[in-house]
Amino acid sequence: MKYLAFAAATMTATTALAEGPELVVYTYDSFVSEWGPGPAIEAAFEAECACDLNFVGMGDGAALLARLRLEGARSDADVVLGLDTSLIAAAKETGLFAPTAVRADYRLPITWEDEVFVPYDWGYFAFVHDAGLEAPANFKALGESDLKIVIQDPRSSTPGLGLLMWVKAAYGDDAPVIWDGLADNIVTVTKGWSEAYGLFLEGEADMVLSYTTSPAYHLIAEEDDSKSAALFDEGHYMQIEVLGKLAGTDQGALADQFMEFMVSDAAQSVLPTTNWMYPAVIPDAGLPKGFETLVVPEKALLVPAADVPAIRDEALAEWLTALSR
Amino acid sequence: MADRAFKITPRLGAGAAGLLVALVLLALGGVLARAEFGTGLRPAEWAAIRFTVLQAALSALLSVGLAIPVARALARRRFRGRAILVTLLGAPFILPVIVAVFGLIAVFGRSGWINGALGAVGLPEVSIYGFHGVVLAHVFFNLPLVTRLLLQGWQGIPSEQFRLAAQLRLTPRAVFLTLERPMLRQTAPGALALVFVICLTSFAVALTLGGGPRATTVELAIYQAFQFDFDLGRAALLTLVQLVLAGGTALLAMRFVPELAVGGGLDRPLRRWDAQGGLVRLLDGVLIALGAGFLLLPLISVVLRGVSGLSQMPASVYLATGNSLMVAGLSVTLTLALALPMAGWIASRSRGGVEAVGLLGLAASPLMIGTGWFILINPVISPSALALPVTAIVNAMMALPFAVRVLVPPMRNLLERFLPLTQTLGMQGWPLWRWVILPRLRPQIGFAAGLSGALSMGDLGVIALFADPERVTLPLQMYRLMGAYRMDAAAGAALLLLVLSLGVFWVCDKGGRWGAEA
Repeated sequence: MKYLAFAAATMTATTALAEGPELVVYTYDSFVSEWGPGPAIEAAFEAECACDLNFVGMGDGAALLARLRLEGARSDADVVLGLDTSLIAAAKETGLFAPTAVRADYRLPITWEDEVFVPYDWGYFAFVHDAGLEAPANFKALGESDLKIVIQDPRSSTPGLGLLMWVKAAYGDDAPVIWDGLADNIVTVTKGWSEAYGLFLEGEADMVLSYTTSPAYHLIAEEDDSKSAALFDEGHYMQIEVLGKLAGTDQGALADQFMEFMVSDAAQSVLPTTNWMYPAVIPDAGLPKGFETLVVPEKALLVPAADVPAIRDEALAEWLTALSR
Repeated sequence: MADRAFKITPRLGAGAAGLLVALVLLALGGVLARAEFGTGLRPAEWAAIRFTVLQAALSALLSVGLAIPVARALARRRFRGRAILVTLLGAPFILPVIVAVFGLIAVFGRSGWINGALGAVGLPEVSIYGFHGVVLAHVFFNLPLVTRLLLQGWQGIPSEQFRLAAQLRLTPRAVFLTLERPMLRQTAPGALALVFVICLTSFAVALTLGGGPRATTVELAIYQAFQFDFDLGRAALLTLVQLVLAGGTALLAMRFVPELAVGGGLDRPLRRWDAQGGLVRLLDGVLIALGAGFLLLPLISVVLRGVSGLSQMPASVYLATGNSLMVAGLSVTLTLALALPMAGWIASRSRGGVEAVGLLGLAASPLMIGTGWFILINPVISPSALALPVTAIVNAMMALPFAVRVLVPPMRNLLERFLPLTQTLGMQGWPLWRWVILPRLRPQIGFAAGLSGALSMGDLGVIALFADPERVTLPLQMYRLMGAYRMDAAAGAALLLLVLSLGVFWVCDKGGRWGAEA
């Protein structure tokens, strides 16, 4: 019984002492952790909104959308932050999101024209390796090499799904041939990004699927310049992370204010060194020192959001067939 | 002999079992209520079912098959460090999956110790990735657990019988046939079913070490249905497949458990006079060394990786530790409150088929249970307010089959031995528990409490689903560190988790064995 009493006590004790209206923002887990952008963004926004910003973190982007679908129109959330371009079509299909008027001077490799979602950061998928490695210049060269790679499962991870779309966007109907070539390079497929990156750091593979911005973490946070991202000449697939307002929100004006805030300098300057992605709008002070060392792909690949569901199912079937042999 | 005339805790036991069934079925009902039904199982899912059953069956057979000689060696040898080794047997099982996988990879991986040693003497590299890797990992998780379960069985053989065997100068083979085999026939089928069910719900281990989508399990298919396709009907259907497989296996296994026929003893501490020959001693020593090496090397790598990360851990890790300890305490209390009456109920029935009920909580996907309860709770109260209690309940449900498995065989033994006496005295109800059952089952209760507490410490479970930034548990905090590139700090948190889990386990286990020769 002592535990129950203790549990009850902690619960009442941590109930937030709300000042002003409360804005509930659902996001993925790593956004709210103390190393993520969440704490700094919460403090900066609360300083100007006279409100209580409450981040609720859960799994990754896919888990976020699944949660919204479960809750439906009854959701407590006012804003959802952390879906990506692969999930936009499915998110719109739920009918839970409201259009927005928020626009900004986006510095994305593509023009952004979406009525509902606002991009806040983005990155290129890339294979990360030790700086000393002679990296292949494209998927074909990688497939022909003896290099070992770790990737994520597209059924359980957003980067894994990104790789699927990358190969499909670059090679179309020839994607199965590319996967056949890669099959013997793949050491293993993991559930999520963390496991794959951990295996790479343990020396289990020569390269790991991550982002072109990953070396920036090692350089800036650890002063370690031993990691590089391989530049592929067929272009790199992009991940653009977005936020959107729910139609059922009871804090419409506050939600708009938060979406404005996310593309303002106060938020954009925090993202590069907490979320380790490119900001959607270049901050006044420019990109943090160290980002200029990152490789920049010549060609950005992206499947239009509306085409993702159909292509995704076809690409998954091809992937499963090629790697199950 | 049909049902025994005398029963202990029939109502409470059946009530606990009923509650467990209700918790699982309500969750399933919650998911079904929101499901739309489409097609039946697709070819890819049939392939996942085949793979899951095959790897689980092989893992169970190997875990139990290898645990028998190791447990036998441990049961008849006394050596320095034996007590620590017996405690450490609990370690792999209670580690978070990801920590154990990294431990295994440090030993068996491409740049692991074994390949390093092989390379140094010019031998080709061995790969851990593939079907054999999945089985290896599952044996690593379960062999030590089964060894502990079987050791309990050996301890349950009355001391007088070994004395008699020694007086008759029975050979080790004869001792095995007359004393040990009947005990194994009582304990091994339950252990087989338990390991099979644990491996049935494997996901991250199978995928990571299986080397790719060939190693797709039913649990991964459930995850895919929930998060990738948002197809609740399919998720519920796949969960039913899991439940039927687990329940069917458990019932099948229990059919092989014969009626108990071990005679009573005088409740004395165990001493062994047999198996003193040089060759037998050497063989036992080799077995124990191999078992200990397989167990300890990955653990040592977890410790080595973690030590340097300890200093990099942020203060929030310690806050998360407090939450985890609270969940563990709550979950131990719940587990014992359910397991003791259930074990009493099951032990007083002539056949143990109802033990299969206990496996339900383990066989149902935690994602399904979490989602189902989320759907049920959400209209009433914000699920994040209940994050810790729900986590504790789900953890208790997962730990229950282990607790029941640990408690039932000695409870049966006990009833056989003391039934005439207690009946003569007209003893039942609380006095029976207080004076006869609890004091004699103290080691098993301690072991069961330790297992469930440690299991709860290391489980990521449903807390991620009921997300609440204020109430993070240690495993979740460790994942967050990994997700933020901080692999060293995460390794430190993993070490802290290992030490704490083992600490919880050791305190309970030791408390139970205090004063008794283990």
